[in-house]
Amino acid sequence: MALPLFSPSDDPGPNFAGLIRRMQVADGPHGTALPAVTASGAFTVPGLGDVRHGTTVAALRFADGVVMAGDRRATEGHSIAHRAMEKVFPADRFSAVAIAGAAGPAVEMVRLFQTQLEHYEKVEGVVLSLEGKANQLGQMVRDNLAMAMQGLAVVPLFAGYDLARGTGRIFTYDVTGGHYEETEHNATGSGGRDARTTIKLGYRVGLSRDSAVELAIEALYEAADEDSATGGPDVVRGIYPLVATVTADGFQAVADTEVAERFATLIERRQAEGRQP
Amino acid sequence: MTMPYYVAPEQVMKDRAEYAQKGIARGRSLVATTYDEGILIVAENPSRSLHKISEIYDRIAFAGVGKYNEFDQLRVSGVRHADTKGYAYSREDVDARSLANLYAQYLGQVFTHEMKPLEVEILVAELGTGLRPNQLYHIAYEGTITDEDRYAVLGGETETIAERVESSWRAEWSLSEALAGTVGALAGPERTLTGRDLEAAMLTGGNGRRAFVRLVEDELDALLG
Repeated sequence: MALPLFSPSDDPGPNFAGLIRRMQVADGPHGTALPAVTASGAFTVPGLGDVRHGTTVAALRFADGVVMAGDRRATEGHSIAHRAMEKVFPADRFSAVAIAGAAGPAVEMVRLFQTQLEHYEKVEGVVLSLEGKANQLGQMVRDNLAMAMQGLAVVPLFAGYDLARGTGRIFTYDVTGGHYEETEHNATGSGGRDARTTIKLGYRVGLSRDSAVELAIEALYEAADEDSATGGPDVVRGIYPLVATVTADGFQAVADTEVAERFATLIERRQAEGRQP
Repeated sequence: MTMPYYVAPEQVMKDRAEYAQKGIARGRSLVATTYDEGILIVAENPSRSLHKISEIYDRIAFAGVGKYNEFDQLRVSGVRHADTKGYAYSREDVDARSLANLYAQYLGQVFTHEMKPLEVEILVAELGTGLRPNQLYHIAYEGTITDEDRYAVLGGETETIAERVESSWRAEWSLSEALAGTVGALAGPERTLTGRDLEAAMLTGGNGRRAFVRLVEDELDALLG
């Protein structure tokens, strides 16, 4: 490796994806190498129909910021590939990204996104705005379009705390990189519909942190109940969905013990009400 | 036909060295030291936005004195090197030694092959882990690299400043002691420096993955008492 120096007219600036493309140290987002087939959810062969995304990831706003949650299951066709996959990641101190779709390119995209945000911050000396971060992620999703056409789509969910506006914000994406701001909540992945409905029914403006975490957990529980590619709480192995909050204090993962407790409370409450858990 | 003037290589190098030294001596100095919780870097710098000290990677910091545009270009290339390496391999594989070597090679090459040497002196500091000790790599304008594990002084009048640091330095001193010692050394007996005149940052284990923390004016004044 040589010191990466560029002439002023040829400088990639704070763009990390542009830098690695120029240096060719690794496959950039335009990389052609296909990842090993570890996809979460059953994706179909090109030309044979829709791409189905495994997993369920959800995000909702509450009084102090946003809550983000994701199940842990990765599937390969109809078999379970991994039971403890992480799908919710800190993007930087004040934002989080959750992924649904083909696991290989998705995890790689998150790594590139995290590096990009930190790279920008270090080169420029200032942090990107939340909107800027959302746009960057959109470009990465768009760069993945060729792979998405082959059935390896990645659809992230991005949420963060906007320090300038003093509020939590959520952005959803489609495979073409289009991104849309959500006012309250959203969920994506194969169980996204079930999760969305659950959140919609329980959502109130200005939820407390505890109620928001509880609602996210309930949404994942319902999604896992209806969708085979979404994993529920695995009490036997002690594997629980990942839940995180992003507030003015930054990204904070909710402890596994708290998530476990909330699942237990949810089931107890339903039993007490005389419903099926 | 006119013959080109012959200039002895010794003279060429001497002239270049003098040129670089003069450029560096025009700027203010910088001191880095280890303390009980990491590494502290302090520079005399009245600007709040044109930094002399900055973050390269999780446990690596960069500091430069001399011509701002020249050391800033080196800083950015260091960030690029570290980020691409960490992305291609793993975060643990990024180390200060290889970066310091690259800087040294580049500065050495510019010094011998280019018309004008770079008028900079830089420091690459790495916070140690259980396996690696704290490391300060001091790289001069002509590519000479020295590694220190106690303190390093960069810029003009380094000898007098280094003497002052030496007299107060002790292993495992606290942050406020280290700050008082280094700021005193930068100021000398006739001046007093406050937070307004200083830029300071530390690499410390208490800050999670990214060890680099800037000390702002108020914090500096509070620590300096």
